[in-house]
Amino acid sequence: MKHQLPKWVDYGLIPLLNLITAFLVAGLVVLLVGENPLEAAYLLVRGAFGYGGGIGYTLFYATNFIFTGLSVAVAIHCGLFNIGSEGQAYVGGIGVAAACLALDHYVPWYVTFPFAVLGAAAFGAAWAFIPAWLQAKRGSHVVITTIMFNFIASALMIYLLVEVFKPAGSMAPETRTFESGGQLPKLDWLFELFGTSLGGAPFNISFLLALLACWAVWLLIWRTRLGYEIRTTGINPTAAVYAGIPQVRTIVIAMLISGALAGMMGLNPIMGDQYRLQESFPAGAGFVGIAVSLMGRNHPVGIIFAAILFGMLWQGGAELAFDMPKISRDMIVVIQGLVILFAGALEHMYRPALAGFFNRRDHRTDSSAVPGTGEAG
Amino acid sequence: MASSNKSSTGETSTPPAIELRGISKAFGPVQANKDISLAVAKGTIHGIIGENGAGKSTLMSILYGFYQADKGEILIDGTAVRIADSQAAIDKGIGMVHQHFMLVENFTVLENIILGAEGGNILNSALANARSELERLEREYALEVDPDAVIEELPVGLQQRVEILKALYRGADILILDEPTGVLTPAEADHLFRILLQLKEQGKTIILITHKLREIMAITDTVSVMRRGEMVATRTTADTSVEELAELMVGRRVLLRVEKGAAKPGGVKLSVKGLTVEDGRKVTMVDNVSFDVRAGEIVGIAGVAGNGQSELLQAIAGIRRAKAGTVILDDAPVDLSGSAGGGTLRERGLAHVPEDRHHMGLVLPFEENENSILGYQDQKVYLNGPLLDIDAIRTDARKKIEQYDIRPPDCRLKTANFSGGNQQKIVLAREMERDPVVLLVGQPTRGVDVGAIEFIHKRIIEMRDQGKAILLVSVELDEIRSLSDRILVMFAGRIVGERTPEATEGELGLLMAGIQDGPDGKDEAA
Repeated sequence: MKHQLPKWVDYGLIPLLNLITAFLVAGLVVLLVGENPLEAAYLLVRGAFGYGGGIGYTLFYATNFIFTGLSVAVAIHCGLFNIGSEGQAYVGGIGVAAACLALDHYVPWYVTFPFAVLGAAAFGAAWAFIPAWLQAKRGSHVVITTIMFNFIASALMIYLLVEVFKPAGSMAPETRTFESGGQLPKLDWLFELFGTSLGGAPFNISFLLALLACWAVWLLIWRTRLGYEIRTTGINPTAAVYAGIPQVRTIVIAMLISGALAGMMGLNPIMGDQYRLQESFPAGAGFVGIAVSLMGRNHPVGIIFAAILFGMLWQGGAELAFDMPKISRDMIVVIQGLVILFAGALEHMYRPALAGFFNRRDHRTDSSAVPGTGEAG
Repeated sequence: MASSNKSSTGETSTPPAIELRGISKAFGPVQANKDISLAVAKGTIHGIIGENGAGKSTLMSILYGFYQADKGEILIDGTAVRIADSQAAIDKGIGMVHQHFMLVENFTVLENIILGAEGGNILNSALANARSELERLEREYALEVDPDAVIEELPVGLQQRVEILKALYRGADILILDEPTGVLTPAEADHLFRILLQLKEQGKTIILITHKLREIMAITDTVSVMRRGEMVATRTTADTSVEELAELMVGRRVLLRVEKGAAKPGGVKLSVKGLTVEDGRKVTMVDNVSFDVRAGEIVGIAGVAGNGQSELLQAIAGIRRAKAGTVILDDAPVDLSGSAGGGTLRERGLAHVPEDRHHMGLVLPFEENENSILGYQDQKVYLNGPLLDIDAIRTDARKKIEQYDIRPPDCRLKTANFSGGNQQKIVLAREMERDPVVLLVGQPTRGVDVGAIEFIHKRIIEMRDQGKAILLVSVELDEIRSLSDRILVMFAGRIVGERTPEATEGELGLLMAGIQDGPDGKDEAA
């Protein structure tokens, strides 16, 4: 009761303050390498939102982060810290590629797509199953096992790409390029609606699938019996036992859903952009998902906003590195790291001060009004 | 017990040992303390009573430097002081014995005594000094305890004594005790009171915070009553009565004794035979326990906390594995593997009000309505396919809020924001309003205020009169005696005796302490 804040502070002001702090500190870093931070900020925002293609790329990256963010969030609601979204996304790529390679010659994309979605989800979930089982049955900590499974996934995928998927004669560890039956349409019509053009950006309909997944996760967590059981297990495992909720089953199912969502991330780059399965295609999206979920308070709506923010950092950062040669690609990673630090790890930095401020303010405003209402301590 | 030979006389010239003037403290919109003034004369025992959430703990936390008052001043021996933190409080001679002991379990008594007063990086000299000082304190106040014993091996009563010694070692002249008897047997509590009277004789000033009216009457010289953050009255103990204090606490007349008719026991609904339960370390917690509970009766299990009652209750409820034995619920056996739990037993009519509502009975961050279906989440009325039927759940929750007068009446409020008594009502409403065959109730009124206790006790009796078989576990002997139709006493995992509710407190107390033969030599036939 002591540190209760109005909702708009909790969900609006605090993230905003964290973000401003991150950018201020990032500005100092930019200053240190001898560039103008205001100009850098301008270039970053312009690169991300200044023109149709920039927005397209921002949303393309955001699509990846929505899937991985949701993946992390579902696990967190069950009290599990799934660090393995990266590996689950990577392995999920097999499902996408398999569907496309099998069907692209014969059917249009909208027939391939459902199979690719199912394949991605199934392979992602399968990769999460062993850590989930070990956690539920043996108590092996899911943080440790999922990290290790990221490495195993990486080695496995290189083996598969080189030994199984690579067409004969090719030098690159990747599959052949899919025909049109394995290519998702872009959302250029959406941009034309707003009078702008997508340019070359690979923004595609998996973004709509990501939004659908957000709604589905919301429904699952807050409106289904399974979600109720997941949340009970996550917040208070003792109460879950008391309520007769089977723990092993709930943990395994939550991790399977988490893995499936991570796996679906592969649809966006594989079927929507490169039209082939490439080495290391998740490119860190699984780890960004952790920051996205934390910043979005593990809620789908928050995750959408956080994913767009990180999409902006990815896209704008790339443009910034291009426009300001002194700011290298690594500097961009530093700036992204600062955002993760302040928005995720130091999430509660401003909370005590704000709580104090609002408590004093409330005290002044209603000490004379209705003192008798609050005895719930 | 003798109490008043120099009670309210000595405040002519000497200033009070401690005086509070106009103390106010608010947490957000909640006014925890409102303009509180209080004076405690040197060398007296002053009681502070009030319901949960009345502001007692906040007031004492201000005195001990955990919180700063928004307004008001504190005077010690007539001079105004500022208590910035607990170190400042200790420096000014204030010692606190917390409800939950602040001891390091695997340290010795001596190591705990010097904790926070080590006086340097090398402990040897501090330990030697402490040892001699401890011996002096033990002599002076008759507080014997082995300085080399490890805390976790000491009984609770002795652990508390270590807390008192810790305060005295730091030179406390004013000793604050927060609900000190909650974990003690009646005999241990008596011993504590003797120690407190001795400390008083030596000139120490003692503030005793409790919600047990009987303790106030037995030992204090003066008493203050708090209600809703205000100090509503201060009385000389000799001039007041339990009834008056209860009325002051609650703000209305309270029935202290539960009114109930004779039980009309029917058929056996719950039958426990040879039940044995081990804890995680393979220590036998419940040892070959057998008993029956019939329809329309309340069987109470008395015992000091930690004697196997919790494990017994959980094993019957199907959420803890039993090693041996059988439990028959309404003519069919219960799966004792510990995994059966929940659903199936609930469907068969077993309702369970768990002992620890915070860790087991409720998910505190959930909305009230979400907790009102905990354990019943797979019942068809709350479901709409795989989806929860939110409307049905909330309608049901609102109905129960009305029936049980749960306040504030908001089914969307986070459960953590309800007071202890209202949280307990949420659990009771959930478990009782389903027409169970057998009702298991653990600590139904722990941390619950007097007004709600009355309500809860009435509901339990009503359930009995409707023909439910009720098994009641409580560490409050008064509660066991006033509700039960039969009393089983548990000690070290075994049932050491059965008594009627007419048994005296002394008789039950001896059984609870494991002394089989009462002083009058009455023996129990199994």
